[in-house]
Formats: sequence, structure tokens, C-alpha cells
Amino acid sequence: MSIDTQLFEGKLIRLAPIDHEKDPEVESRWTHDLSLLRALWRKPAMPLSVAQMKKKYEAIEKEVDESKRLFHFTIRGKEDGRLLGFVRIEGVEWTHGIASLKLAIGDPVEREKGYGREALQLILRFAFSELNLYRLSAVVGEDNPAALNFFKRFGFVEEVRRRKALLRDGQTWDSIHLGLLKDEWLAINLKEEDHHE
Amino acid sequence: MNNNLLTGELVHLTAENPEVMAECFSRWYQDTEWLRLLDTDAPRLLSVKKWKEWLEKDLEKDLTDGVFFAIRALEGDILIGFIGLFDLYHQHGDTLVAIALGERKYLGNGYGTDAMRVMLCYAFNELNLRRVGLIVFEYNPRAIRSYEKAGFIPEGRIRGAILREGKRWDWLYMGILRDEWLAKRIMIS
Repeated sequence: MSIDTQLFEGKLIRLAPIDHEKDPEVESRWTHDLSLLRALWRKPAMPLSVAQMKKKYEAIEKEVDESKRLFHFTIRGKEDGRLLGFVRIEGVEWTHGIASLKLAIGDPVEREKGYGREALQLILRFAFSELNLYRLSAVVGEDNPAALNFFKRFGFVEEVRRRKALLRDGQTWDSIHLGLLKDEWLAINLKEEDHHE
Repeated sequence: MNNNLLTGELVHLTAENPEVMAECFSRWYQDTEWLRLLDTDAPRLLSVKKWKEWLEKDLEKDLTDGVFFAIRALEGDILIGFIGLFDLYHQHGDTLVAIALGERKYLGNGYGTDAMRVMLCYAFNELNLRRVGLIVFEYNPRAIRSYEKAGFIPEGRIRGAILREGKRWDWLYMGILRDEWLAKRIMIS
């Protein structure tokens, strides 16, 4: 990559701003799939109406603007621009160069198509070579093995297991903290480049 | 029944008015060694007035989002620090705890460990939580020892999360489950 690399362009998807006109209806529909909300947040899962979603988008953009600690991007189809999901870097601590990551592909039928993988590659490059972060965290519940494997495939390693920190459907699960250091990300990328040559 | 839920052997936990806490915070936050053990934020040196405003705003918050107590030494009823619960999720029965003693001469004499014991009793017996966790920095062995004494078990480390004096240090997570806490109490008694 070089100085003119387009950081938000992938092959199948691109990262883009929120569309306040079109997105609320789509994401409101996603929030009715509580398993998606459970995978992302620890607070009680609750669906949001289109009106509530509109307000939430406004709150997100306000936080991005004022806190300087949050980056929130939508994931959209490269050709048609349709909303596929979102990816965010949260809780940036600039003095220490650390932050955490959330990624979602909203509609189950759009998963397993490589969109999430590309979005993660873009956001890792953004985090490490644009924000110059030292490390990224991702927190995943033990009840979500798909996400756990997804992050591990990209080099994230398990760092913390907060034992039985989640209680869902009458069962307890560990809350697992994964971490990826910039050096580890660089090493993986170099190896892949060698592979392609 | 324990009718003295907030009193330990050396300390008791209290609710304080903003002006009292503001004076302490403004003073304690000038002690950078103390702050570096407590927080990853860089010091900002807020005035007593600003701290008071901040704490008054805090009064409007829903009390169920977290818990905050001052720590007072029983002897002389002197305010020596604070202890609080944050990231409190009632539906999961899980919380994080944070503790700090701003009055340095009380450090290393069992006051913190005692306050932690009282807080755990409150978390498990009043809030009926299932577990309590905490974050401690790798370069704070005194705190780690105190937490181990209170029954916390290491749960992992966030590698290199802190950059200080040109060196990377880990964040350590520790936790105690309700059953572990109960077993420890039976052993002591």
C-alpha cells in the first residue's frame, strides 16, 4: 500500500458514512434479530423502531464528532451501495494507542460471502496504518463460536476469559477478550504478500 | 442477618456530598503516582469547583448503573479513598470494581483489602451478583497482592495496553465468583 491507497475500498464492499434516509429502515429490521444484538452488546437485547434507529444514528455521529474516540463506518455493497452491516473502532485511548472493535453483517443471508472478511481487512489496515494504533481488542461471548473463529483466523489471540460473565437462556458463558498487536498484523500481511508472489 | 453491611474491621463505606468528594479528588489527582496506578487517562488537574460540578451532574444518573462509596477509616472517621462498581450488568449478575486510597499513609496497612471485603459482601449479599471482576495494571504488585488476599483469581492479560515511560505494560483481569467467595468465607469463619 502507498500514500494514495484508498483505505475504504475493497473488492466486494466499501466502507462509507451512514445514510440517514435509507439506513434506519434496514437496520431497524436487523435489530429484530436479537441474536445479532446479543453478539454485539451485553445490555438487554431490544429491537429498535425506524424512529429510534434515526435517533441512534444521530447519537452515533454526535459521539464520533465530539468524543474523538469512536469511528463508525457502514459496510456497503461496492456496486449497488446497499447496506450490509457496520464496523466500528471504539474506546480509542490515544495516549496508549489502544482501541476495541465491533463488526456486524446484519442480514443472515449476507453472511459467509466474504463481506465481513473484507470489512475486517479494511478496518485493520485503517486501525494500524492510519490511526497508528498499537493494538486492537475484540470481546466475544463463548456463546458465539462463529465470531471467535472469525477473529482468530485474522490473527487475534485469546487474552482474557472473564469466567461466567454472561448469563443467557439460563446458562453461563465466559466473556472472551481477544487481542491483535500491530506487529502481529504486519507479520501476517507480509507472509500473505510472499504467498502471492 | 448482617445489619452492618457497610462496616468492616478497619473502614466503613459511606455516601458523601459532592463538595466533600470534590476537595479530595482535586487533591488526590495531583498525585501522579497514585493516578498512574488507578487510571490510564492522563492527569488534567481539575479545580475543586469543576470536580463539584462533575459530581453534581453524577447525582442525576440512575443509581442502578453503578455504585460509588467513599472509604472512611473507622479510627477518626477520616476519608481515605473510594470504591465503586462500574460496568454493572444486573441481568448477567456481573460487575467490575475499582478502588483507590488517596491518602497515602493508609496504603499497605490492610485498609484497601478491608474495604474490598465489605464491597464484595455488598455486591454478593445485597445486589445478589454472580461475579465481580477488576482490572489492575501489571506494575502495581501491591494491589495485585491485596486482590488475591480478597479472593480474586487471575483471568488473563490484555497485552501491552499501557505505554508508560517508554515501556509497554499489561492490563490484568481478575475475578471472583459467588461460589468462590462463599467458600472463602466459610474457610475463614
